[in-house]
Amino acid sequence: MLLQMNSITKSYGSVTANSGVHFTLRKGEIHALVGENGAGKTTLMRILYGMESPTSGEIKLEGKTVSFASPTDAIQNKIGMVHQHFMLFPSFTIAENIVIGREPSKAIGFNRKAAAAEAERLGKQYGMPVDPWQKIGECSLGVQQRVEILKVLHQGAEIIILDEPTGVLTPLEVKELLVAIKALARQGKSFILISHKLQEVMEVADRITVLRDGKVTGTVDAADTDAEHLSRLMVGRDLIHITRNDTVPGEPVLEVSNVSIRGDKTKPLLDDVSLRVNEGEIVGIAGISGNGQSELLQAISGLMKLDGGAVKLRGTDVTGAPVQTIRDRGLAHIPEDRYQWGVAKDATVTENGLMGHAGKHQKYGILRGSSIRGMVAEWVHRFGIKTGSLATKAQYLSGGNLQKLIVARELAQNTPFLIAAEPTRGVDVGAMEIIHGELLKKREERGAILLVSSELTEILKLSDRILVMFEGRIVGELAANAATEEQISLLMAGGKAVG
Amino acid sequence: MEQLFDVSLFASTLRMVTPILLAALGGAICARVGLFNVGLEGLVLIGAFSAIVGNHFTGNIFAAVLFAIVCSLLFSILFGYMSIHLKANVIVVGIALNFLALGLTTFSLRAIFDVKGAYDNKDMVGLPKWDIPVIKDIPWLGDVLSGHSPLVYLSMLLVILLQWFLFKTVTGFRLLAAGENPTAAKSLGIHVSRIQYGAVLICGVFCGLAGAQLSLGNVTMFTEGMTSGRGFIALVATMLGQSNPIGVAASSLLFGFMDALSIRLQGFAMPTHFTMMLPYIVTIAAMLFFKDKGYIQEARKSNESSR
Repeated sequence: MLLQMNSITKSYGSVTANSGVHFTLRKGEIHALVGENGAGKTTLMRILYGMESPTSGEIKLEGKTVSFASPTDAIQNKIGMVHQHFMLFPSFTIAENIVIGREPSKAIGFNRKAAAAEAERLGKQYGMPVDPWQKIGECSLGVQQRVEILKVLHQGAEIIILDEPTGVLTPLEVKELLVAIKALARQGKSFILISHKLQEVMEVADRITVLRDGKVTGTVDAADTDAEHLSRLMVGRDLIHITRNDTVPGEPVLEVSNVSIRGDKTKPLLDDVSLRVNEGEIVGIAGISGNGQSELLQAISGLMKLDGGAVKLRGTDVTGAPVQTIRDRGLAHIPEDRYQWGVAKDATVTENGLMGHAGKHQKYGILRGSSIRGMVAEWVHRFGIKTGSLATKAQYLSGGNLQKLIVARELAQNTPFLIAAEPTRGVDVGAMEIIHGELLKKREERGAILLVSSELTEILKLSDRILVMFEGRIVGELAANAATEEQISLLMAGGKAVG
Repeated sequence: MEQLFDVSLFASTLRMVTPILLAALGGAICARVGLFNVGLEGLVLIGAFSAIVGNHFTGNIFAAVLFAIVCSLLFSILFGYMSIHLKANVIVVGIALNFLALGLTTFSLRAIFDVKGAYDNKDMVGLPKWDIPVIKDIPWLGDVLSGHSPLVYLSMLLVILLQWFLFKTVTGFRLLAAGENPTAAKSLGIHVSRIQYGAVLICGVFCGLAGAQLSLGNVTMFTEGMTSGRGFIALVATMLGQSNPIGVAASSLLFGFMDALSIRLQGFAMPTHFTMMLPYIVTIAAMLFFKDKGYIQEARKSNESSR
């Protein structure tokens, strides 16, 4: 056994993040670690990587007991970690990002040529080719992920921890990554894969350990299990299968006609986009991120100026109107990037929940604390948001829990129209089930929803109609019950629809 | 016009540019590790005053410059301790140090020399003037480049040295990394705060030299608040040059030239207070024209990649 973690317990005050966790890793194995947000996966890996020290328990590496005081110790013991939020330097080149910390040098000079050669060699050896002189800031997220893995390999890692590696990648990039991981495992590298995407886990992992509330609820061979069994272990109960009742779309709520945004590049950001969302209908927009979806949402919600075209909300022209006016007219918005648009990191859970609701909870301009706390406490309960208290700062919540808070806040606006951009990015299956259920409930209550997601399964599951965006244009419209994943993928890549 | 733009104007530009350039280089290295050092003004002032004190007590010009360096260094340690160790807001610390320096030098001027406003002593020896062989015999160019204090030449050397250090050495590379993404640098086992202290100390040395050039090179005296905003101009030069030593040198040259020009114009029956505004007007104009767009884009990119 390459690695053994025995009875690891970690408590922060009265909160126990890990309790008696056993975890083992064989050489050349891909071992997935799955569990809901806050189940203790990341804590366990931070302990292994020397970023936290366990309250009790021991770590054995090739039979020898080890203890790491810092990531430097872990790196020296050939353990590498690819963090969920990339640890890269945008203005540096790919080669520089790979060799940093172990730079090839001539006397005290940094030998950049040797660094580039080394980056190229690593890329070839492990089947992940990169252009060593390209700047990281100009690379796609898929390439950035590749650089992160090459960096860890350059450090000499034999055990590689991947924390939610596919969260920000496009479906094609995910496939490439999984292939690369499998190839590396065949060359003798061992992987610990943190994920809550069960499909991926089933596809790539040899063994799977499930954590729930800091305890191991099962370690199983991937061959002996299925996604259903795993989600039962994760959530602790059977998942309710969501059923979609047929609804008849009503009056148009959102009408976007011929919207264009030129942008400062040669290609327009949005090119003559027209679409309509009706009452009681979910319209899904599929596409590889960066093909105009963000701009479209910003144009609709009044965050970006149009160069042409018009946006109508419930029959009123709101083109170029201030955001407040548009929201008052009946728009709520679950933004795609929760940290940039969704929350104020330094504000509390209550304060973040209050955003956009302040008008309802005031008297003569003074906020009424108790009614606000009541409202937010109800959301915390209903969506199962894991937070220390209502006064906890938003930055201390895990990404998934923060997402639940934003979804709860925007749903509570109870507006006729809702933009849901990546509504379940980074949330676990249990929470995804709740969010999907709420979105469908809103649809049945005759709400209109514009859904943007990079997860095709999500689009297919929820939408009535599917629009595909490519390079700022809508390149196809499909009825959800007739669409297949292959059809959409082809359109997303700029191909023509077949059949 | 010919009278205005003559040899001595360019010669004095080089003299005037040196304190700004040295301070700006110090600011640049601080900016590169993510500390925006507003305290340059105070650091230079301390350097200028302590150079005079050193000169007064030792009578040795070398010891005087050394004393200026040591005093600025101590002051910069204070900046480092508060902003790195105690994690205080760098802007607030910088401003506080500026006022501390102004008060401290004015008070010490009274306490040590028993004078008010300015200290001037005929016996005091300023920095020597070096004639550069060969170059001094070239017409025009010789008059501009030759016959300056050693610190003027040192500052030019430091530009090249710093450029090489930042972009060609391993240590420089790690320094840039620590400034660009401290979290990522820490995750690689790079000692970010140690690097930050190093940068602050280098900045202290540079500002000490800048002060010495101001009080012993350009003139041989000390007046209260004699930096008169040069530290802030240096800060603008840092930003305008995008913390690139060569770029910083170019923008410092622009400001030094305006400084020299403003003094020159006083000899042309222009009101003194009007000409004194010149460097600052150019500073504002420069901020408007060279809006640092590249910087904003970099910031946006780094935001995206850390999502």
